[in-house]
Amino acid sequence: MTGPGDRPGLGRGVRGILTLLRGDVQADRVVPPTGFTAGLTLWAAAAMAFLAVFALALSLAAGRMASEWGGALARSSTLRISAPAEQMDAQTTAAMTLLKTTPGVASARVLGDAEEQKLLTPWLGPDLPLDQLPLPRLIEIIEAGKGFDAAGLRLRLAGEVPGAVLDDHTRWRRPLIRAATRLRELGALSLLLIAGVTGAILTLAAHSALSANAQVIEVLRLVGARDEFIARAFVRRFTFRTLTGAGIGMVAGLGAIWLLPDEAEGAFLSGLGLQGWQWLLPFLIPILAAVVAFWATRAAARRILRRLA
Amino acid sequence: MIELDSLSYSYGGDALLRGISLQLAPGSFHFLTGPSGSGKTTLMKLCYGALQPTGGTVTVFGQPLEEMNRDDIAWLRRRVGVVHQEAHFLDHMTLVENIALPLMVSGRDLSAEARNLKELMAWVGLGARSRAYPPELSGGERQRAALARALIMSPEVILADEPTGNVDWEMSQRLLALLVELNRMGKTVLIATHDLALIRAAKSRVQARVLRIAGGTLQYAGADL
Ligand SMILES: Nc1ncnc2c1ncn2[C@@H]1O[C@H](COP(=O)(O)OP(=O)(O)O)[C@@H](O)[C@H]1O
Ligand SMILES: [Mg+2]
Repeated sequence: MTGPGDRPGLGRGVRGILTLLRGDVQADRVVPPTGFTAGLTLWAAAAMAFLAVFALALSLAAGRMASEWGGALARSSTLRISAPAEQMDAQTTAAMTLLKTTPGVASARVLGDAEEQKLLTPWLGPDLPLDQLPLPRLIEIIEAGKGFDAAGLRLRLAGEVPGAVLDDHTRWRRPLIRAATRLRELGALSLLLIAGVTGAILTLAAHSALSANAQVIEVLRLVGARDEFIARAFVRRFTFRTLTGAGIGMVAGLGAIWLLPDEAEGAFLSGLGLQGWQWLLPFLIPILAAVVAFWATRAAARRILRRLA
Repeated sequence: MIELDSLSYSYGGDALLRGISLQLAPGSFHFLTGPSGSGKTTLMKLCYGALQPTGGTVTVFGQPLEEMNRDDIAWLRRRVGVVHQEAHFLDHMTLVENIALPLMVSGRDLSAEARNLKELMAWVGLGARSRAYPPELSGGERQRAALARALIMSPEVILADEPTGNVDWEMSQRLLALLVELNRMGKTVLIATHDLALIRAAKSRVQARVLRIAGGTLQYAGADL
């Protein structure tokens, strides 16, 4: 029965579901309504879809956090030189020379006036007479590899550039970025686990439904039903029930996320909500659940039908 | 149509059937008789692939049973109309749906068969009962429903196992009349029964051969019934 094109896969699963949708509803009636497994399937699918929405949201939010905090910002530090005007250039040159020989520094660059103004505007307003203020000189340091040894660099700066202050404040974010990345992976892993558990529950439910209907299967066989027909009748049931249940769970999950209190912008948790096109992703959950249901119940049905032969 | 060649069968212990050879020619009418427990039902099951022979061969429509896979057996059951000794129906479906079951499982368009179905129901005298559920049926109604289900696919061969088992004399005469009529329409009929009175009643109406199983072997019974 299994040909070369008969391999499990998402595409075949979706096509299988479409065939089921088009299938003959009348033939579906040959399987008696099963109260217990019907309820089990519906609620298990709803609960799993609900959880999946959160795992998905967590994964997306963690990914967003990691990329917002990551990038150039986290790889850079700032060296601030405050010195009397006549020493400024000399100290800047000394600092640059020193930085060039520091391991872990990829590049260092003195910020121009315009850039400095841009940085200060949010704090001091746009009408700042920059040239009249004794502003410190800023050097942007981009790190290479594992970064530089901040304590050692400070020590050397203290000796050679007395007006220099090393500000590596962005470094504290690195563990957070690692955590966010890990969180995203955990979210993805949770999604896989949820899919696995859904498959397991459906396999059990299908086993139980088929075993409970051994007599029905016997009658169907006596009148000439092929295994494929009998399996399809069961698979249809479970796939539709899962689709319905997962749809309910997904809507409930989205509702719960939508109702999450809106934290102040930039606050740590405000990111859990979905943003823009991401609101569409959860709609894949019921479809994927139906694909899982299709494969799990089909495999279970074939197994049991072979056993009942 | 159906050919048995030196067929043997055993459920595990001693052989129940030994070296049975038989040919059911197209259009023939056979009775299969023998005491209860002699193996009539077993022989029938071997004819429609519910059991595989432990010795010898069964050939149905020119195809040896041993070469058939499960899909072939399903195909075979659509072409052989079987009235089972204990007819099982699906209790959650109405009578008419149960009778249409062979059509459903073979993917036929039911609306195209609606007329056929209605005529068949009327022919077996169940026209008024089509919306009933199987548990509501009497013994005679069940037997006629089983016959109707066996006929819905217009099989060329009808195997009826004790079709008059649970019904009174009058009903058994009606069922016999239906089977005789089918034979006149050209169908091959094999009826297993331990009821010799039924066979006697049939003799005046149809040219039937009577087979008798005893001690695991098959004999042609003469006219001395
Ligand atoms: N599934 C089975 N397993 C073991 N023995 C069986 C089975 N079915 C029938 N038998 C035995 O085989 C014998 C013949 O049964 P059966 O073919 O039903 O006889 P009949 O139909 O002539 O009354 C009986 O002794 C019965 O007990
Ligand atoms: Mg019997």
